[in-house]
Amino acid sequence: MISTSTPRSNETERYYNYAYLDEQTKRMIRRAILKALAIPGYQVPFGSREMPVPYGWGTGGIQLTAAIIGPDDVYKCIDQGADDTTNAVSIRQFFAKVADVATTEDTAEATIIQTRHRIPEQTLKAGQVLVFQVPQPEPLRGLEARETETRAMHAYEEYGLQYVSLYENVSAYGRIAATAGYPVMVEERYLMSPSPIPKFDNPKMDDNEAILLFGAGREKRIYAVPPHTQVRSLDFEDYPFEVQTWEESCALCGADDAYLDEVVLDDVGTKMFVCSDSHHCGQRRAEGHVGPMAGHQLAQGEAEAAL
Amino acid sequence: MAYVSVKGGEKAITNAHSWLAEARRGDPRVPEIDVAQIREQMSLAVDRVMAEGSCYDPDLAALAIKQARGDLPEAIFLVRAYRTTLPRFGASEPVETEEMAVLRRISAAFKDIPGGQILGPTFDYTHRLLDFALAAEGASLPAAAALSETPQPYPMPTIGSVFAHEDLLERDERPEAEDAPFDLTREPMAFPAGRDQRLQALARGDEGFLLSLAYSSQRGWGSTHPLCGEIRFGDVTVEFVPEELGFPIEIGELSVTECQMLSGFSGSAERAPQYTRGYGLTFGHCERKAMSMAIVDRALRHREVGEQADAPVQDEEFVLYHSDNVEASGFVQHLKLPHYVDFQADLQLIRRLRREHFERNNPIKVAAE
Repeated sequence: MISTSTPRSNETERYYNYAYLDEQTKRMIRRAILKALAIPGYQVPFGSREMPVPYGWGTGGIQLTAAIIGPDDVYKCIDQGADDTTNAVSIRQFFAKVADVATTEDTAEATIIQTRHRIPEQTLKAGQVLVFQVPQPEPLRGLEARETETRAMHAYEEYGLQYVSLYENVSAYGRIAATAGYPVMVEERYLMSPSPIPKFDNPKMDDNEAILLFGAGREKRIYAVPPHTQVRSLDFEDYPFEVQTWEESCALCGADDAYLDEVVLDDVGTKMFVCSDSHHCGQRRAEGHVGPMAGHQLAQGEAEAAL
Repeated sequence: MAYVSVKGGEKAITNAHSWLAEARRGDPRVPEIDVAQIREQMSLAVDRVMAEGSCYDPDLAALAIKQARGDLPEAIFLVRAYRTTLPRFGASEPVETEEMAVLRRISAAFKDIPGGQILGPTFDYTHRLLDFALAAEGASLPAAAALSETPQPYPMPTIGSVFAHEDLLERDERPEAEDAPFDLTREPMAFPAGRDQRLQALARGDEGFLLSLAYSSQRGWGSTHPLCGEIRFGDVTVEFVPEELGFPIEIGELSVTECQMLSGFSGSAERAPQYTRGYGLTFGHCERKAMSMAIVDRALRHREVGEQADAPVQDEEFVLYHSDNVEASGFVQHLKLPHYVDFQADLQLIRRLRREHFERNNPIKVAAE
């Protein structure tokens, strides 16, 4: 499954330093990572660099990966849970090229997994690093536009505003209506944005064996959740946190406990639900699990892309 | 209509890139534009890319413009992504704009000022009528502009020097402690922002954004009643002190545009009434940008002069966080990336809320279904 037949033009031409960033910049980012690991959930400002992809495309995640990657790493990159999403493909190619690194789609094989909007379904292990691309690191930004204010709120652990906002949800909708980017409390100290992952993925962060690193390039912040850290999704005693569930199961592999994407099949309302985690789905199918629409062209397309 | 989900992103990207290259080239029967032509004949585009790309290299900027198909923010992005990888061997001495070899220098404050008004190559008094002669092929070279009979003074006196003896204009104080200036390319934005940080952010900032902010200020949203004390455009020398020599040597020349905006200050208990300055400086010839920058700089100095601040242009977090077009363009356009995982989460919620809405308003019909 590991692919090493990647273009290695950087190796011969060396127009740029290994893994693109210069060594001083990598050192600066590593220092920020260490600080972030030492203060779980705290947003560490860092001298984010301009990257060769636009802001919003994963510049924070790419800088984190560039700072920690080495030739022996095995790199996986997903977007919306899938390895074959255009931007994931593009970032994977970037590191294959500038870091001469082996790439994989296999969650268990990867040493570094860079992700946008999902945590893989498969449980991560010690030694793995999950790098999140973060558009807005500040969980309170929607409630308070000023950075000077939100920094003070974190310093004083003043999170009343956040709870009031959740309470307003309950009074307006009868429930906490947040669906993705659902705020979490890390080690009962720092309120943290889990990046726009669906709240379905929130429980996976708690007591995780892997290192979780979060990089926001445009906003110039790094934060982290070290292994075995307590991560609690905010809720109320009478309105406990709950994750999304589906009445359907995955049309291809039959999974009934995975996050599902809705695929619109025509313009008269026919749709199917499939695993958002493409590797998880493929692996289940390989193990013989069968969903109600097994053999659909969507699955064939994936098989071709994997070749 | 059947919908087939897009798979195989790798092939799609490669094909899109080939198509992009083809679109960039345009009709192959038309000769290809070369980088030197862009550098020489699209020089104001080159100047803007150097200024906002914060890298002084006309050839690189021209290449970026060619590669970006003339999309200047895209060209600026290309230059930024290149400059960020360059090693730093040191910081130059501050450039002395007082010693500029001036190509243009005007002041709106006085009819005539020492050194005179020098219009230079400006659009200001042209009639904006399309010159169809430029569309004709093989046009002859334009007639050379006449040389002045009297040499211009050097160094060209500044607006500051005109006011110096009366102390009517605040002095351009050089900071006592020569701390290294704040560097936004190495440190994240911090507040409250010092003037060094602010001026760097504005110098890199989007011309259009700063123009609109300056305009809003002029229309009364945080007015500073600006007067254009001086605009000068020309060449300055760059000096560098190599460690092994210990004295400055000249390493190159830059073309820059500098603007000094004057705003009245009616004084306070401690300070006598005086004119205050807003400052603008850009690489190349970017007058619109330098003037806008100077107005915004002055508007953001409201605390120093005790002005009430309630307009967008006076809010440093608002202005500085949103002035960079590489950041802004990226983040706005990242909405093109897939968001279907988040959308699925949202969709579920909306469907549930809708179902509850109809149950509340029409329980019998819902039960019947």
